[in-house]
Amino acid sequence: MSDSSARATIADRVAAATPVPVARRIRSLGDRAIAWLFIGPTILLLLAINIFPLIWTVYLSFTNYKANRSAPIRMVGTEHYSSILSDPDIWYSMQATAHFVFWTIVLETVIGFALAWLIDRKFRGHGIWTTIILLPMMLSPAVVGNFWKFLYEPQIGLFNYAVSFLTGVDRSSFQMLGDVALAPWAIVIVDVWMWTPYVMLICLAGLRSIPDHIYEAAEVDRASPWRQFWSITLPMALPFIMLAVLFRGIENFKMFDMVNLLTGGGPGSTTEVASITLKRDAFESWKTGYSSAFAIILFVAVFGLANIYVKALNRVKQR
Amino acid sequence: MRKLLTLASALAAGFIATASAGSAQAASLTLCWAAWDPANALVELSKDFTKESGIDMKFEFVPWTSYADRFLNELNSHGKLCDLIIGDSQWIGGSAENGHYVKLNDFFDKNGIKMSDFVDATVVGYSEWPKNTPNYWSLPAFGDVVGWTYRKDWFEKPELQKEFKDKYGWDLGPPKTYDQLKQIAEFFQGREIDGKKVYGASIYTERGSEGITMGVTNVLYDYGFEYQNPQKPYDMEGFVNSADAVKGLEFYKELYKCCTPPGASNVYMGESADAFKSGQVALHMNFAFTWPGLYKDPNVGGDKIGFFPNPAGPKGHFAQLGGQGISVVAYSDHQDDALKYIQWFVKPEVQAKWWQLGGFSCLKSVVEDPNFVKSQPYAQTFLDSMAIVKDFWAEPTYAELLQAMQKRVHDYVVADQGTAKEALDALVKDWTETFKDDGKI
Repeated sequence: MSDSSARATIADRVAAATPVPVARRIRSLGDRAIAWLFIGPTILLLLAINIFPLIWTVYLSFTNYKANRSAPIRMVGTEHYSSILSDPDIWYSMQATAHFVFWTIVLETVIGFALAWLIDRKFRGHGIWTTIILLPMMLSPAVVGNFWKFLYEPQIGLFNYAVSFLTGVDRSSFQMLGDVALAPWAIVIVDVWMWTPYVMLICLAGLRSIPDHIYEAAEVDRASPWRQFWSITLPMALPFIMLAVLFRGIENFKMFDMVNLLTGGGPGSTTEVASITLKRDAFESWKTGYSSAFAIILFVAVFGLANIYVKALNRVKQR
Repeated sequence: MRKLLTLASALAAGFIATASAGSAQAASLTLCWAAWDPANALVELSKDFTKESGIDMKFEFVPWTSYADRFLNELNSHGKLCDLIIGDSQWIGGSAENGHYVKLNDFFDKNGIKMSDFVDATVVGYSEWPKNTPNYWSLPAFGDVVGWTYRKDWFEKPELQKEFKDKYGWDLGPPKTYDQLKQIAEFFQGREIDGKKVYGASIYTERGSEGITMGVTNVLYDYGFEYQNPQKPYDMEGFVNSADAVKGLEFYKELYKCCTPPGASNVYMGESADAFKSGQVALHMNFAFTWPGLYKDPNVGGDKIGFFPNPAGPKGHFAQLGGQGISVVAYSDHQDDALKYIQWFVKPEVQAKWWQLGGFSCLKSVVEDPNFVKSQPYAQTFLDSMAIVKDFWAEPTYAELLQAMQKRVHDYVVADQGTAKEALDALVKDWTETFKDDGKI
């Protein structure tokens, strides 16, 4: 056998072993069609479980539909939207939501960043401390809601004991969950306790992404630690902080489980955040059309605010 | 190969035989109810039905806090989970009008079941829609009513009796009126008994489901609150928010503020019973279903507990009706078997056993038996209470009506928002809007 014929045989064998492109195997389909074939099921699933319900909710929001009644559905136009936007109870619940979202974000960001900054110092045992700090966010909101309910118990709760020990006030003289002035702060405290570690983790990722040589250059230029913090640490970690604020903002705007377990929206309607009002209208009062309109308003508000925020975030990242 | 075929045939035959035997025994019913002590008694009772009929009983019990959400969703979605349902008394209007329940008139006629055999209030409350008409959608299954328990052992302490008499001028004992109840509650509030700080009363204040409404109505009815003009249905102005009703609501708030334990801002059946069981309160408002369990409690039961009906007020003497009727779900594929269960459940001997096991029977032959009042220490109080019952709206829109009342009353009583008059005026506005939407006005 000559060398050239042997080479040809090897080349043929290699060619035979090389997989035939998919498009050539399914000759009737182009690459684009095959791509659609792959993503088609996912798109269908998304359409079925996300887009269709959304469109259906938009439709229901213009009707008088009530899920517990068999009466025929009647179109009511924008009646629900106008009555929601002029309903003082809805605005009250939006205020309760704004109070909750604002204070949880402020406190979680400040404390979360401070913790991340401390953990980033890499002191002895920082690994264990990181794990301990992260524990609350690993718990289920149902568990957290229930055990904080006990912690806030005026007669036997540890929280009241601690406040009494530190301030000298009678432990039974105040009710964190039953007092109109304290209940909004009670839910803020629990959310901050639970979700600050999450903000800390994101901030920690931001701090660890700052290259050391920037600090070394700053030290060569004799920049003070304070100057380094304001000119290097904070600006470079800012996109991460903003991302954490975005995640927590969206989550807390939708907050339901923990507040429902802790206060059920009470006392009165003091802690009735938007999602609790929505649940009551939809599944307790069965005002399906009305609550669909409210859900759409909330969705547009969150979606709109998140979009504006993401644009701001991108601008910060480009700086 | 032949051996293999033989083996496969034998296996297939065995499988078919097992499957057909399984399907022959597959007759079963699912009964839906709340997860509470009486439900456990019903499981026990239903074993006799299975023994008698060969129909297997399955149960779907849901905690009270999600009972209405869960089962109303099931009914509204025409689900087949429940063949039989023990639904709350207020569901009757919606379930009848929306076709969730099977109408039982023909079945009752065919089987000689007479509604006159049941306590009248339970027939109106649990079975009839429209109210006071002979259209039956349920069989009264579990009679319940709000009443009170008290710490008999504390009331019997001579030093407390003397101090109370000196202070209020009457003998410390179960109160007959709400004024007396408040005096007792004030007397015990913050007092130290057996080395422990105790409080006056535990009353319903829960916001999320129906708690505060089921509590406050006991006082409102007694003070003259009416749901509507007796001469003109759905005319509520001056009835729901009458001067008497305002006084009743103010009284409930005073009772909450003066005499409940700290942290009692979201109390319903479970929390109220816990407050009593833990020895915190002298008086305890709760539905009668809690009484058997409390009587058996080693710490506060037996000789230490007493029972009394809801006290009277200046304008009347009523108590909030609880309890439920048992219905056949219209979407069930086993309606005939479900009706067989009702046919069995109505038998006097079954009802008598139901009472023995802890279920509150509504059958007259049970509750009017001369031995009934002696059968349990709370039996007389149950009878007295059932004689004065009044119920919340049972309209198809009851859920909206209930949520409006929960909000208005809780906002005023617990959250200190506005006045009693403003709360009841707002309630009239809410209810009027609901009835207008429903085409009733």
